[in-house]
Amino acid sequence: MKKTAFYPIHQKIGAKIVEFAGYLMPVQYSSIIAEHKAVRNSVGVFDVSHMGEIFIRGENALKFVQNITINDASKLFPGKVQYSAMCYPDGGIVDDLLVYKISDGEYMLVVNASNMEKDFNWMVENNLFGVELINASDDYSLLAVQGPNSKEVLTKVCQSPLEMEYYYFKYDCIADTDVLISRTGYTGELGYEIYFRGDESTAAKIWDAVFNAGKDYNIQPVGLGARDSLRLEMGYCLYGNDIDKSTNPLEAGLGWITKLNKDSFIGKDELIKVKEEGLRRKLVGFTSNEKIFPRHGYALMFSGKNIGYITSGTVSPILEKPIALGYLEVEYAFPGNKVDISIRGKEFPAEVVTLPFIKK
Amino acid sequence: MNFPSNLKYTKEHEWVLVEENIGIMGITDYAQGELGDVVFVDIDPSLSAVTKGESFGSIEAVKTVSDLYAPCSGKIIEINKLLADNPEVVNSDPYGQGWMVKIEISDLNELNDLLDAEEYKKLIGQ
Repeated sequence: MKKTAFYPIHQKIGAKIVEFAGYLMPVQYSSIIAEHKAVRNSVGVFDVSHMGEIFIRGENALKFVQNITINDASKLFPGKVQYSAMCYPDGGIVDDLLVYKISDGEYMLVVNASNMEKDFNWMVENNLFGVELINASDDYSLLAVQGPNSKEVLTKVCQSPLEMEYYYFKYDCIADTDVLISRTGYTGELGYEIYFRGDESTAAKIWDAVFNAGKDYNIQPVGLGARDSLRLEMGYCLYGNDIDKSTNPLEAGLGWITKLNKDSFIGKDELIKVKEEGLRRKLVGFTSNEKIFPRHGYALMFSGKNIGYITSGTVSPILEKPIALGYLEVEYAFPGNKVDISIRGKEFPAEVVTLPFIKK
Repeated sequence: MNFPSNLKYTKEHEWVLVEENIGIMGITDYAQGELGDVVFVDIDPSLSAVTKGESFGSIEAVKTVSDLYAPCSGKIIEINKLLADNPEVVNSDPYGQGWMVKIEISDLNELNDLLDAEEYKKLIGQ
């Protein structure tokens, strides 16, 4: 089992540790709901070092990235980040990821920990352009600082001002360590992600610097549990729950990153066909006024007929009501439509709503 | 973690406080910690009797759902109404405000195979 460079800190402060994607990760420190609210109301810190960092180097780096991802990487420039995905030839999703353009000859792809090996192998198999592929996941730590007060906190520890637009990155130095810092995150809040190389003592110095800077804001460590409920309130997809190799990006609501007009890329032909033939099902949001806790796999019903299933669900700590994502046959997948969620043999009314659940 | 010695415990991580033929039951400090934030306690308000070992409701926590098992058989004489709007007391006060049901125990012999605090601590490796 792998440990991140922050693992000794998690142990010291009493995190509840679980196995996730081959890593021992903190799922919660105090309470998932309290951690969730800390991020929405002030600032929280997540160790997400389990995420994978894969570097693409060489003069054909852009060609490689264009072929293997579905968004248009030619729009990127050094210092810009893009949300994207990789697809199989049949349009199923290999993974969703972030693409960082470091320079003309270098990109960093940040992938889900649970898919790291699969993704790297997929890239090696599809390296038609002779680029250099480096899986640097074990060398990099990643700390996410998220919440309305994240800018104030990080301004205190960074050397230059943090004037960055959403999905931009730059280099800085925190606690004498070189970092790459991007205005990205998985919470819907103002927030940053800090990438750096270093051992446990480097990680501890950065952690301490951030927490000292955040004292006045009651900065809190946040585990994977609240990370999941935060992303769900925003309607963000989680690979393995809402998207996987059996779902395509168009039905998953990721049409906005699927650039069917760019030159050929893996999956393009099939995705064009899907679009022309029309979607059969769609990933949509649900809420309910019932006292229920929707979970992955629960069936969605209409007049007793199974018309889909829940892919992710929780009780929103902010809305204090059940929220869920799920696939519905397309004729039922419109906002305002009333469906039922089947839970252990009983059906509970729910309504299709537009995403995100929390309007920012 | 706290396991009062005046309570009896089940292998399903419930506690019972027995006073004459009345048993008050809830879930243990260990159970609430494993479940994490409790969001709903789902017990049918019309529930009138329970059978030892059988599920009579469920606890929905952020991470998972868990069945509630009756530690003994008997008539339900009260359900904790506080839990409908304040399920978080199961986390903050599992042996007090977080109690779930009061049972008029039909056969006191059923309590013989419940665990005492020391045995329960051993069960959970404390």
